Amino acid sequence: MNLLNIVNEIEKADPEVYERLDDRRGALKQFTSFAGKVAAVSLPFMIGSMFKKAYGQTSTPSVMDVLQYAYKLENLEAEFYKQVANSTAVPAADKPGFISIRDHEVAHVNFLKGVITSMGGTAQTYTAANFDFTAHGSYPDVMTNYTTLLAVSQAFEDTGVRAYKGQAGNLISNKTVLQAALQIHSVEARHASHIRYLRQRAGAAVKPWVTGSGTTASGGVASTTSVYAGEDNTVQAGVQITGINGTSISSNAASESFDEPLDMTAVVNIITPFLV
Amino acid sequence: MEIIRNKKEQTMLEEIQDKSVSRRNFLRSAGILGASVAMIGATAGMTGCKKNDNNTDNGVDLGSGDIGVLNYAYALEQLEAAFYTRVAATPYSGISASETAYLTDIRDHEIAHREFFKTALGANAIGALEVDFSSINFGDRTSVLNTAKAFEDLGVSAYNGAGRLLTNATYLLLAGKIVSVEARHAALIRDILTFNSFAASDVIDANGLDFARTPSQVLSIAGAYIKTKINASNLPS
Repeated sequence: MNLLNIVNEIEKADPEVYERLDDRRGALKQFTSFAGKVAAVSLPFMIGSMFKKAYGQTSTPSVMDVLQYAYKLENLEAEFYKQVANSTAVPAADKPGFISIRDHEVAHVNFLKGVITSMGGTAQTYTAANFDFTAHGSYPDVMTNYTTLLAVSQAFEDTGVRAYKGQAGNLISNKTVLQAALQIHSVEARHASHIRYLRQRAGAAVKPWVTGSGTTASGGVASTTSVYAGEDNTVQAGVQITGINGTSISSNAASESFDEPLDMTAVVNIITPFLV
Repeated sequence: MEIIRNKKEQTMLEEIQDKSVSRRNFLRSAGILGASVAMIGATAGMTGCKKNDNNTDNGVDLGSGDIGVLNYAYALEQLEAAFYTRVAATPYSGISASETAYLTDIRDHEIAHREFFKTALGANAIGALEVDFSSINFGDRTSVLNTAKAFEDLGVSAYNGAGRLLTNATYLLLAGKIVSVEARHAALIRDILTFNSFAASDVIDANGLDFARTPSQVLSIAGAYIKTKINASNLPS
C-alpha cells in the first residue's frame, strides 16, 4: 500500500485535501510520524482517523453507529421504566401506563439487539448499574416523588423522539432499518404525549405536544432545558407557519405542529448526567 | 448551524417549487396563447398540464417520486384538517373545556400541516379534495373521538410507511417532524377515550413498533371519507 498515492488520488477528487490536512508538509509529516511510530497493520486505521478529522464536518454516522446509539438510549429508558414500574410513588391508576411503556422500551432493546447482531455488530449488555437516574444527585427523589418522576420521564421521552428524528436522514440508505426506526420514533412520541397528559392533569403547564421551548416545556427539570432547545421553531423549509396563508395559526400552534430533531452530540450531552 | 440548516431548507423549498415555477410560466404563456388564438382551439395547448387536473377518469394524480409522496401526505392532512374543522365548528354534546382545548389545538396543527404542504408543493400540489363525513355523527362524543382515533392512528401508520419511499433526506425530516405530532394526537385521543390506551397492542406490535402502512392500504381505508378519486398509481413503491 502506497500511502502517498492515496492522498494523491484524493487530491484529484478534492484539490483542497492538503488544506484540510493543514498543508502538504504537515500531511507528510503526519505520515512520517505515523509510519515511524505505529505498526504497519494499524496504518489504515490511523489514516482513517486523520481523514475523519479532516473531513469530520461532513462525515455522517453509519447505519450501525445509529443503531448502537438508539440501542443505548433504549437501554437507558428500559432500565428507567423497570424502576418506575416498581416505584411506590406511582398511583395505582397510572401504573398500567408505565408498565406498557416499560414493556415497549424492553421490546425496543431486544429488537435493536437483534438488528445489530444480524448486521454483524456486537450489542453490549446494559444493566441498572450502568445508569444513575438521580443524575448524580441532581434528582435525588426521582423514584420517590411523582412530580420529579414525571418530569424526568417526559424529558427522556421527548429526547427520544428528537433523537430518532435527528437520525432518520442517516438511515435513508437502509429502508428496512429506516422504517423500523420510524416505527419506534412514533411510539416514543405516544409515550411522551401520555406522560405530558399525566403531568397536565396534575396541574403542570404542559400539553401532550411541545409548545415553544424553555422552562415551561421542560417542566422545571433544570438540566433538561436543552431537551427543548429549538422546539420553538416556526419556520419549516423556509415557510413561516405562524399565520400561514392567511390562517389564524398562532406561533404556539406553529411550534407545536412540527417536532424538531436533535443531533447525536446534543442528545449525548442530555443523557450523559444519567450515565454511571 | 441553525442558519445553515434554514438556508438548506430554503434551497430545498426552491427546489420543490422549481418545477412549479416553470409550470406557472408555462401556464402563463399558454394563457396568453389561449387569449390570442382562442378561436382555433388553443386549449389543446393545455393538455401538457393534465398531471394536476382533478377531473380525469383516473382521479387526482398524486404524481411520482418524492413530490408524489408529499402530495399523498397533503391529501391525508386535508382529510384531517377538514374533520377537525368540522369538529371544532359543531362541538359534540357534553364536550368538556379540556376536550375543546385539545380538539382546537389539533385542528390548528392539522391546518398548519395542510397549508405547509400546499405552500411547499406550490403548483405541484394536488387540488382541494372533497370529503365525505356522512358516516360520522358530529353530535356524538364517541363517534367523533373514535373517528379521530382512527384518523390519527392511520396518519401515523401512513407516515411510518411512507418514509422509505422518500429519497430526499430533508423531506424525510419534514415528514418526521409531522409524524411525531400525529402520534402525540393519537395517544391523547386514545387516553381521553380509554385512559392508558395511548399505545395499546391494537397499534403496537410485539417488538414495540408502531404500525406502518403502504399508501394503497392507507388510501383504501381513508377512501371511505374522501369523495374525490385519488390516483396513487405513480407513487414509488
